[in-house]
Amino acid sequence: MTDLAPPRATSTSSGVAPPRTAIVLGVVGFALLVLPLVSLTLRTPWTRVGELITDPVVLQALRLSLVSSLAALVVSVVLGVPLALVFARYDFPGKPFVRALAVLPMVLPPVVGGVGLLAAFGRRGLVGQPLAEATGITLPFTSAAVVIAATFVAMPFLIVTVEAGLRMVDPRLEDAAATLGADRWTILRRVVLPALWPSLAAGMALCWARALGEFGATITFAGNLPGRTQTMPLAVYLELERNPEAAYLISFLLLAVSVAVLVALRDRFLRTT
Amino acid sequence: MSEVDRDPAPRADGPRDGVTAGAGGGPRGAGDPPAAGGDGLSVDLGLRLGALELEVAIDAAPGEVVAVLGPNGAGKTTLLRAIAGLLPIERGRIAIGGRVVEDAAAGVRVTPQQRSVGVVFQQHLLFGHLSALENVAFGLRARGVPRREARGRARDWLGRVGLGGEVQTKPGALSGGQAQRVALARALATDPALLLLDEPLAALDVDTRRAVRQQLRRHLDDFAGPVLLITHEPLEAINLADRLVILEQGHVVQDAPPAVVARRPRSAWAARLVGLNHYRGRADGHELTLASGATLAVADAADRPGDVLVAIHPRAVALFPSQPEGTPRNTWRATIDALDIHDDQVRVHLDGPIPIVAQITASALAELALTEGSTLWVAVKATEIEHWPV
Amino acid sequence: MNGVPGPVGALDRRSSRGRRSDDPGTGRRARGWRAGLAVALLVASCGPADAGGDPGDPDAVAGELIVFAAASLTDAFDELRAAFVDANPDIEVAFNYAGSQTLASQIAEGAPADVFAAANATQMDAVSGAGGLAGDPATFTANLLTIAVEPGNPLGIGGLTDLADPELVLVLPAEEVPAGQYASEALAAAGVEVTPSSLERDVRAALSKVELGEADASVVYASDIVASDGRADGVEIPVEQNVPATYPIAVLADAPNPTAAEAFVAFVLSDSGQRILASYGFTTP
Repeated sequence: MTDLAPPRATSTSSGVAPPRTAIVLGVVGFALLVLPLVSLTLRTPWTRVGELITDPVVLQALRLSLVSSLAALVVSVVLGVPLALVFARYDFPGKPFVRALAVLPMVLPPVVGGVGLLAAFGRRGLVGQPLAEATGITLPFTSAAVVIAATFVAMPFLIVTVEAGLRMVDPRLEDAAATLGADRWTILRRVVLPALWPSLAAGMALCWARALGEFGATITFAGNLPGRTQTMPLAVYLELERNPEAAYLISFLLLAVSVAVLVALRDRFLRTT
Repeated sequence: MSEVDRDPAPRADGPRDGVTAGAGGGPRGAGDPPAAGGDGLSVDLGLRLGALELEVAIDAAPGEVVAVLGPNGAGKTTLLRAIAGLLPIERGRIAIGGRVVEDAAAGVRVTPQQRSVGVVFQQHLLFGHLSALENVAFGLRARGVPRREARGRARDWLGRVGLGGEVQTKPGALSGGQAQRVALARALATDPALLLLDEPLAALDVDTRRAVRQQLRRHLDDFAGPVLLITHEPLEAINLADRLVILEQGHVVQDAPPAVVARRPRSAWAARLVGLNHYRGRADGHELTLASGATLAVADAADRPGDVLVAIHPRAVALFPSQPEGTPRNTWRATIDALDIHDDQVRVHLDGPIPIVAQITASALAELALTEGSTLWVAVKATEIEHWPV
Repeated sequence: MNGVPGPVGALDRRSSRGRRSDDPGTGRRARGWRAGLAVALLVASCGPADAGGDPGDPDAVAGELIVFAAASLTDAFDELRAAFVDANPDIEVAFNYAGSQTLASQIAEGAPADVFAAANATQMDAVSGAGGLAGDPATFTANLLTIAVEPGNPLGIGGLTDLADPELVLVLPAEEVPAGQYASEALAAAGVEVTPSSLERDVRAALSKVELGEADASVVYASDIVASDGRADGVEIPVEQNVPATYPIAVLADAPNPTAAEAFVAFVLSDSGQRILASYGFTTP
């Protein structure tokens, strides 16, 4: 079939080729997007990787980032999938508004999210104060706060992806399963989730990548303490002052993770047809 | 009036009170006996869904196949979903195998899981991630049958539908006909008290449809419980069903054996379905006055004057280049409006005092040199006109 | 606008001074900065401030003055500008507030600036070492370290030793920023070991945690307590334990407007300049 492929560097089969100005602007736009990433790769101190990666600050940040982003992913799946189910399968008054609220963190500046998290779960927060008075537990400046901040910004990505996936699962499949005697849990476990798996996997990858890259809400709500709340993005920010080479290395690691996620999701984002 | 419309099923499997499923399907009177008698299906329900207002009473005896026919939007699938328990009813009750599974007044509502209803859906709706075997075993597993036993029984069922070699195949790799057979095996494997089929052949191509229909016929014969078959294909209905229920706009228009529907359809839709010319009119002796004012002479006189339905088979409509002489007492001039050519048969749509469709052979079309706009003469023998009181 | 002054003059003047071109890489990058600045100035010089200036007089305090100042100076310098512009109505002063380290690296990358006011000597030395200063820096003010506590000091914190309490939620500025460095020096000098909950990216972020009630205490600048406007109280750290930040100021070698730059530095060092700084919690060095 390869001989049927259109020749390279021509316009696609449908539509008229765009004007030259658009092509030039498009190339400039592409350069703007790609140059920083290429430059970052070039500046990464490859010869010193071994020594930098064992730097305690880098190691601690790496470990904390992995653990906290995976924890945020688990929380997002446990809470986000049911929420997506509710959004996809139930109608209730004010649903568009409720739905918009739930995915708002996707477009909210993360720092604002961090301030909101302080207002809710801080020591003087709406929930945080009664919690502290009742149990003595305070969340800010803890690794739990890192997970909460990451979940706050990342879970909406899972919710929207899974909800879109659920809408593509034929609800009549659930009817068919019900007439065959399957109860709701069995239907969810044996019919809906397997049919949903590609969307769930995509949502999990997006969610995890977002959690791993989280900065603004984390530094605002969880603070910055190496080993406890200093994740990789925070380390990049502070190491840039003290040890720029380490900052470049961590940045490159984060870039590599993002590329890996994009490749894993190639069917969703990289396919042009 | 019209006892023909209430013909009981031709099978004499036992006494049934299905005769109460009268045309119009209105609510029963309070004094009627409960419909749950017998081991079959007894449905008398009302519900609203969007613009649709469904008011239906249908019964089916064990072993009987009842086809529900109707145009799109008539409420066929809604009826099926209500019986399966996928949609609550607002009025009436549903009994399956002598057990009341839903009674709106009494607040009884058995879940779909507990109804013992096997359903074959329009687009097979197999579970894409499970093999054919696991699809068929699904219902057994869900009902607590141990894995090994469920697989064994599922294997048997796949063998029975002729798919013993496709045990491990995923639905995506099955042909349309195979998938629909797996869906049938899946529905039957749980040994349901009632089988519901929603346009089971609609998604198949013509050749596959023929093959699957024959197989389906065999399995329906083997099935001991009542079967409700939803379809818009008259051939499918006549071939598979013992009785036809014509559903239009949420109401039963006719409930009769296929032969009766084919000869005396009670609605224009059903007449078109069986390919008949269909009119409303008034009979007085040997003369029929149609709603348009045109008159027709008929051979058998009406018992008494009154409103009638009239049917003329297109093959009984003869066409002549000039005014014919002799026996036919009904002749008129008409203009050809359109020609539908199917294989060697041509349906000629004619405009005139009585709009009518004639069916002629392709060679006749050539001999008469007919085209759209041609003018010719139409003749219908009085003996070919079927009429019966409304 | 009426002709000659403005961006073209400014750029010409700078290039005529002749850059030190021992770093060709920096020079190349600097061209990018200049192009950006030319656009910015084109826009800015359309304003009325330019209209009355006399482009022919090199000693006139007029035109555009760009000051790179440490973030902690924000409020004080905004008021200083008002007073300075009152005295020199033909000048337009633009501030770039950021961390001293950030400012120093921006200057190294060729960012156009007339004056650099840093929050510590280290960053000023870095610029000076690269030959970036027109003269010697002058120390113009100092900022004492202060313990920030919640309003009313509910925990009764009396000094640095009280910060050793492990139950206390203490946040400090990260050691990467000067305030954090001074704080750790002060704590070390006092022999106090602390377990901070967070090392904040800058001193304002550390203070905000106290203001929001999330932290019990922090170590910040006296000027920050003034700026917090009652949302946090300060507990003084005795002079013998204090490590005050000293703020140097200098005119830059590549200053596009050296005349105005000298005038601004002089104003900052003047009595009226010092009074304004004192009102914002700064101390005379």
